[in-house]
Amino acid sequence: MAPGPLESRRIDVNADFTAEELAFESEVREFLSAEFPGEYRDKVDANIRLSKDELVNWQKILYRKGWAAPNWPQEYGGTGWSATQKYIFATEMGLIGAPEPVPFGMKMVAPVLMAYGSDEQKRRFLPDILESNVWWCQGYSEPNAGSDLASLKMSAVRDGDDYIVNGSKTWNTYGQYADWIFCLVRTDNSVKKQEGISFLLIDMHSAGVSLKSIYLLDGHPEVNEIFFDDVRVPANNLIGEENKGWTYAKVLLTHERTNISGVPRGKRRLRALKRIASDTDDGFGSNMMENSTFKNKLAETEIELQALEYVELRTLAALSVGKAPGPESSILKIVGTELAQKMDELFVELAAYNCLPFLPEQFEEGFQGNPVGPGTAASSALVYFNNRKLSIFGGSNEIQRNIISKAVLGL
Amino acid sequence: MDFSYTQEQKMLQESVQKFIQKSYDFETRNKIMASERGYSEENWQLFAELGWLTVAFSEADGGFGASAVDLILMMDEFGKAMLVEPFVPTTVLGGGLFSALGSVEQKAEFIPKIMAGGLQLACAYAEANSRYNLSSVATTARVNGDSVTIDGLKIAVLNGSNASKLLVVARESGARTDREGISVFMVDADAPGVSIQAYTNIDGKMSAQVSFEAVEVAVADRLGAVGGAIGALETVIDRATVAVSAEAAGALEAMLQKTVEYSKVRKQFGTAIGTFQALQHRMVDMFIECQLARSIVLRAAMKLDSAEDEIEKARAVSAAKSRVGKAIRRVSQEAIQIHGGIGMTDEMDVGHMFKCVTGLAMMFGNTDYHTARFAAL
Repeated sequence: MAPGPLESRRIDVNADFTAEELAFESEVREFLSAEFPGEYRDKVDANIRLSKDELVNWQKILYRKGWAAPNWPQEYGGTGWSATQKYIFATEMGLIGAPEPVPFGMKMVAPVLMAYGSDEQKRRFLPDILESNVWWCQGYSEPNAGSDLASLKMSAVRDGDDYIVNGSKTWNTYGQYADWIFCLVRTDNSVKKQEGISFLLIDMHSAGVSLKSIYLLDGHPEVNEIFFDDVRVPANNLIGEENKGWTYAKVLLTHERTNISGVPRGKRRLRALKRIASDTDDGFGSNMMENSTFKNKLAETEIELQALEYVELRTLAALSVGKAPGPESSILKIVGTELAQKMDELFVELAAYNCLPFLPEQFEEGFQGNPVGPGTAASSALVYFNNRKLSIFGGSNEIQRNIISKAVLGL
Repeated sequence: MDFSYTQEQKMLQESVQKFIQKSYDFETRNKIMASERGYSEENWQLFAELGWLTVAFSEADGGFGASAVDLILMMDEFGKAMLVEPFVPTTVLGGGLFSALGSVEQKAEFIPKIMAGGLQLACAYAEANSRYNLSSVATTARVNGDSVTIDGLKIAVLNGSNASKLLVVARESGARTDREGISVFMVDADAPGVSIQAYTNIDGKMSAQVSFEAVEVAVADRLGAVGGAIGALETVIDRATVAVSAEAAGALEAMLQKTVEYSKVRKQFGTAIGTFQALQHRMVDMFIECQLARSIVLRAAMKLDSAEDEIEKARAVSAAKSRVGKAIRRVSQEAIQIHGGIGMTDEMDVGHMFKCVTGLAMMFGNTDYHTARFAAL
């Protein structure tokens, strides 16, 4: 009998790993369980931030293994992994709670250096990024240039072999630790706003650079405002051509949106929610895992994670057959961040009265006092507050929706 | 049908509004929070002079009338200003327990002091494993002759570090979640065996974890009948639940107003962001949420002031807290999102409102708890 129409149209879809990929998964898992320091893992589990030194040390561990930069080309010290291997690595990292290397050098400025930097710039900056010898921060947003980034005003005026830079940048995550900042600066006021922007690397230790911490709702100075007052920057710190910075930055933003779905971390947090729910009394002699409303919320979260994971896998599959990452990465950003925020709500709900104490110091390294509330309960609201940033930064979710609207739906 | 306020109610509302306008801006609140007691005693004495501390008490007890509508009028204004003074723990919870359970002598001794601003109270009911169930009480009270020994740990004790008397919910008999066997005792905050760990809540109000180790009180320090406090406790917490729901409704309205104002002045892409329809509709939804919240809180207060039976009153309270909890989530999250990064900073009042309402959403039970209670009643 001839194949029926259904059979003839069947597509051979599979999401299975090959034997080699499974072996790789075991290798990654073994490495992480042996090499991701136990005390870091304990801190991550306790919702205590890793210090700069710890983050640097962890990246150096990855560096020594040759795994610091899965997304870099091999010639610069990347791993040469397939898309699937990168996915496996990111998944295992997320599941164990190991942080990815701080993205500002690794995922943000490095791709721009590789694509548009001079050979001298690549030699000068890339090795120290890979080995985490130099800490970078991002200088994009300004007080009056947020979602409308192209309206930025910080100026760089050429003066002999230097630029003189004036203005300010804001929301600089971990700027207080940074040795260098990569900035978008205005070098021409006479043209369309996107066409007068340049990409400039500035040494944070230069004269005229000052920094003010911005405390967020969780009481932590995670971000900063950075001021530039007649800062002299050597012109050879310019990336590529003058006034082409906007084009370069757009490339960078696509990289910023890879691995943003946070599915592995989501799975890890879902496990934590289930564990905490089982340990949390419902007040009526049972536990919150037996509370049907809460159980349904956990189920909905898990289902959403599964859907998101498969959006990501489909994107990945397209990448592995050579397609460029498209505006679909905006879906990962929107859904990933909103789902993470949903999970923050569930942690708060589980904590109930224990979410109320505002005790950020209890979740700082070296806290010696008598903790209030069980486990991480008293940090649940702090995390909920802090993670409101997820739908705001990296191109707000409104901007992501604009991208899909224009680039995907053609509206 | 008449939803207009009486002359007295309008005067009460104006009195609160005037005080807030004159003496309670954001910077002042920050200073008060940073002060040693975490609230302003000067304000507290002013509240007493203005008669606000009498609002929660009935005329029979010498108060303003114990009208729930009066109470929500005030709480609404307090919410807009994020007032941190311990109005709810001292007058609604503590005062409420004296009104509901106190003997003639106990009332005569303590209620005038509360109304005169001379007594701070805290109600210690919640426990590590109680969640929101008021009849889940593991703290024990054992009678030996004329004295009672109290042992247990209480969490989320609002005003616990500033109260001179703690009203402690403890079990005299029965299993952990039995409704019978629960009593309320007055305990001096400085009594031997009482340890108070104070902290500030995310909403800026002072709270504490309080442990009781072999704390001795007199049998005469019990409020009400032996083991018979649960009904009164529920009624008092229900009233406080309406109060914090109104507080949240006020705060949400302030967040909406600030968001709309901000959207008119924040320019991106050459225009005020408030001109974008995508944001306009979201602010309209915030407005609708605020109206629903405000309305269901008023409904609950009117039910409490009516002759309805206790079940209907309790259902109305749970309906209000359930619905307000939803409004809190939608309105407060949108307010931050539309403000963008600036809304997440410690310097902006809108972020503090976000923290306030997040706390209020959990206080006396969240949406899920009150939806389930509504369904079960």
